[in-house]
Amino acid sequence: MTAKIAYGDVEVGAELPAQTFPVTRATLVQYAGASGDFNPIHWNEKFAKEVGLPDVIAHGMFTMAEAIRVVTDWTGDPAAVVEYGVRFTKPVVVPNDDQGATIEVSGKVAAKLDDNKVRVDLIVKSAGQKVLGMSRAVVQLA
Amino acid sequence: MALDQSFVGRSYPPTDPYEVGREKIREFAEAVGDINPAYLDPEAAKALGHSDVIAPPTFVFAISFKAAGQVIADPQLGLDYSRVVHGDQKFAYSRPVRAGDRLTVTSTIEAIKSMAGNEILDIRGEVHDEAGEHVVTAWTKLVARGADSEEGEA
Repeated sequence: MTAKIAYGDVEVGAELPAQTFPVTRATLVQYAGASGDFNPIHWNEKFAKEVGLPDVIAHGMFTMAEAIRVVTDWTGDPAAVVEYGVRFTKPVVVPNDDQGATIEVSGKVAAKLDDNKVRVDLIVKSAGQKVLGMSRAVVQLA
Repeated sequence: MALDQSFVGRSYPPTDPYEVGREKIREFAEAVGDINPAYLDPEAAKALGHSDVIAPPTFVFAISFKAAGQVIADPQLGLDYSRVVHGDQKFAYSRPVRAGDRLTVTSTIEAIKSMAGNEILDIRGEVHDEAGEHVVTAWTKLVARGADSEEGEA
């Protein structure tokens, strides 16, 4: 593990570079295939509405995968992530148009831990609402 | 109907090994739009000290959740999967998953709770490699929704 960020260079409150990730219906079909999660709420509008959703929604695990990229792009080596957890609080609704939805992720160092580890808290939003709660990673720095 | 509390602590037999392939990792990384060379290029992964390409942090969910299917489909537990949404997910890694791994998962029911008409099931999946070494633990909280709940997502 060779994170490019040194523990000694990081202060509590430091912000990680924020990122924005687009998600369209095509993205969800591709993720369904790659992940093996073919739940129709992620690709079938008729089915999604029948079960009470406003429209097709993104896989929660897709949003979780995007959010941690703010950390793995920061550290360079993704193996720096030693713990990662989220709560799925709101769905990312993905309309059937060219724009789709957008997942906005920001993060900051919330605590410095032992053994050159830090805790990073992530804020993950779509359409102005938080879609993940308690989104936290423990990261091994150099 | 409330889930049977006596299932707390129950473990299920380890799954057959899942062999992690380079191209499956590539497919997953491309699906999430992440072109980190550690996922795609064995030489880049080696430069970071890994023996082969590694998988993105959430890749292992496909393996651990399939294993959790043993719990979800256990007729004795009696979970109504048509009402289930994914509440929380957490991973703790001893090392990253990498190409060539042959991974087995042992699922355990950690907790069963009833809250506001919902049934909440916590499943822990311990993922080990062929040598028996711990790779990652995946905790999955499933919520079987009562009629009026709107929280969570699948």
